[in-house]
Amino acid sequence: MVEIGTSSGGPTNGFGRSGASNVEYAIRVRDLVVGFHETPVLNGLNLDVRRGEVLGFVGGSGMGKSVLTRTIIGLLPKWQGTIEVFGRDLDQADEEEMERIERHWGVLFQGGALFSSLTVRQNVQFPMRENLELSRQLMEEISLAKLEMVGLHRDVLNKMPSELSGGMIKRVALARALALDPEILFLDEPTSGLDPISAGEFDTLIRALQQTLGLTVFMVTHDLDSLYSVCDRIAALADGKVIAEGPIETMLQSQHPWLKAYFHGERARARTKTKTGARA
Amino acid sequence: MAAEISLLSARIDGSRLVLDAGGRWVADQANEIEALLDIVCRKGLRFDQIEINLAQLERLDTVGAWLIERMRRIATGANIKAQIVGLNPRYKILLDEVAISNKEPPHPHPKKGALQDTLEHVGMAVASSGDDFVAIVRFLGLVITSAGRVVLHPTRLRFTSIVHHLDLVGFRAVPIILLINFLIGAILAQQGIFHFRKFGAETFVVDMVGILVLREVGVLIVSIMIAGRSGSAYTAELGSMKMREEIDALRVMGFDPVEVLILPRLIALIIALPLLTFIGSMAALFGGGLVSWLYGGFLPEVFIDRLRDAITMDTFKVGMIKAPFMATIIGLVACVEGLRVEGSAESLGSHTTLSVVKAIFLVIVLDGLFAMFFAAIGM
Repeated sequence: MVEIGTSSGGPTNGFGRSGASNVEYAIRVRDLVVGFHETPVLNGLNLDVRRGEVLGFVGGSGMGKSVLTRTIIGLLPKWQGTIEVFGRDLDQADEEEMERIERHWGVLFQGGALFSSLTVRQNVQFPMRENLELSRQLMEEISLAKLEMVGLHRDVLNKMPSELSGGMIKRVALARALALDPEILFLDEPTSGLDPISAGEFDTLIRALQQTLGLTVFMVTHDLDSLYSVCDRIAALADGKVIAEGPIETMLQSQHPWLKAYFHGERARARTKTKTGARA
Repeated sequence: MAAEISLLSARIDGSRLVLDAGGRWVADQANEIEALLDIVCRKGLRFDQIEINLAQLERLDTVGAWLIERMRRIATGANIKAQIVGLNPRYKILLDEVAISNKEPPHPHPKKGALQDTLEHVGMAVASSGDDFVAIVRFLGLVITSAGRVVLHPTRLRFTSIVHHLDLVGFRAVPIILLINFLIGAILAQQGIFHFRKFGAETFVVDMVGILVLREVGVLIVSIMIAGRSGSAYTAELGSMKMREEIDALRVMGFDPVEVLILPRLIALIIALPLLTFIGSMAALFGGGLVSWLYGGFLPEVFIDRLRDAITMDTFKVGMIKAPFMATIIGLVACVEGLRVEGSAESLGSHTTLSVVKAIFLVIVLDGLFAMFFAAIGM
């Protein structure tokens, strides 16, 4: 038997599927209070995101959906409460650990947030270049593989973000978010601004990627179709708290006025008319 | 093998090469794994069959999966039967996914030599300077047409907007213009006195400062300052409006962007620049006078008397006549560059830079043309 190479298990072990199977939740938020100036936007919010699930997060405009996402990923300071990611309290994590946690999540911003001065290729390679030591060839191959995974053709590689359509920008941004093989993917309204066909494809894509890569997906969305087709569970935000949590059926049965309006409103009814038949 | 898990071990089984992969085949380890697989590819191609055993794999991500797939392709390419065994069903989708990607090798980067690059760049710059001239002239035409329309319908003049921009480019620029011209005047006087003293001609410093400031330096310093201060602001404002489709929005609502956005800015600049030139020149004369008194020993009355003899109304007029032309060229360049901005932040930055550089360059060229013109008409 010829030993060609070894690796030490050591502290580089990730957070995810390896080893730490005792962690059932990817994200746990407890008593979170966040606000601007004097007014709290989120007030005592509790939320669990289970490992390997797709959680859809709904709420009215201006209710603080994006605030929660931005607080979890550390872009907004919180006033109170704890946020645990992979069982680790983010307040307790030191810089090195924080860096490792950040490497294991990918974020898709609403507008894509591609670097406008870099080409598509450079955008996707950027996180790899900064975080990993990969050979040039491997980096090219991996970035192309990621772009193909999100359904883009190789022709876009050398384009600038300003030359792309809205749907393509979202796909490139998703490829960039996936560049480091994250374990949690944060999606901020991934299907907004897409036509229904592209939005449907995007949903399928997220589902496929989630299964392929074993991702945990936290998805802020308004798209009822996404909620029905992709999400394992849904959490609804109102008055700074999560008012309901569970699969779509729970949402449909909820008596909360906002949820009733949301899931039984004009648009929802139009949707259920066409889809319930297929589900039954 | 307690603490150390082997990433890849190979054993030979007849004409078969069996590779046992283990540990974490993830992006962090990619360099090591790639190097190991390179060794395998170099040495292993004499076997008839390669078996890749993934049973011991702790973890696999896209990078690891791609490396396995690449290995498999290389082997298949060399007519070796490659077989993957012991695959955890969890990773099957991942391997299937990478198996359909990267079918063609990635496009090579277009490579050019440094010399070719430089030459290409120079050529493009020369060609684009011609385009610039055409663009500015066309834009001037647009501005004049829309100014004509405004003259015919004076109610369409955006008075509030003009006042707003006048405040921004004129009034708020006063302190810095005063300061910088005061300093320039003082430095000119000091240098003049210092050097003229050698041949006893200190008194001519007043002539020098007076003529230089009123004819050339006053208007040049103010124009350069305004090109940097307001020209860049115009370009950035118009550029970001262009990026966010605000200019298109104006157009579809039936407004003429030139009339709404550009005319008020240009008018404000054309009003502000002569005024700033005037107060700037006065500040420079004041600085010159102050230094002449403190350093050269001329009493203020003497300075003013000499100044009266040295300069004529023409000297003053030459400087002031140039000011509105400088304003026009700064404004035109700033607006043309602003409207050329495209989607990216980088484009906004580069056009803002270009706007300032071109405006300053053209201001100096224009000054040279004026010098010839005034010499020809004897002013």
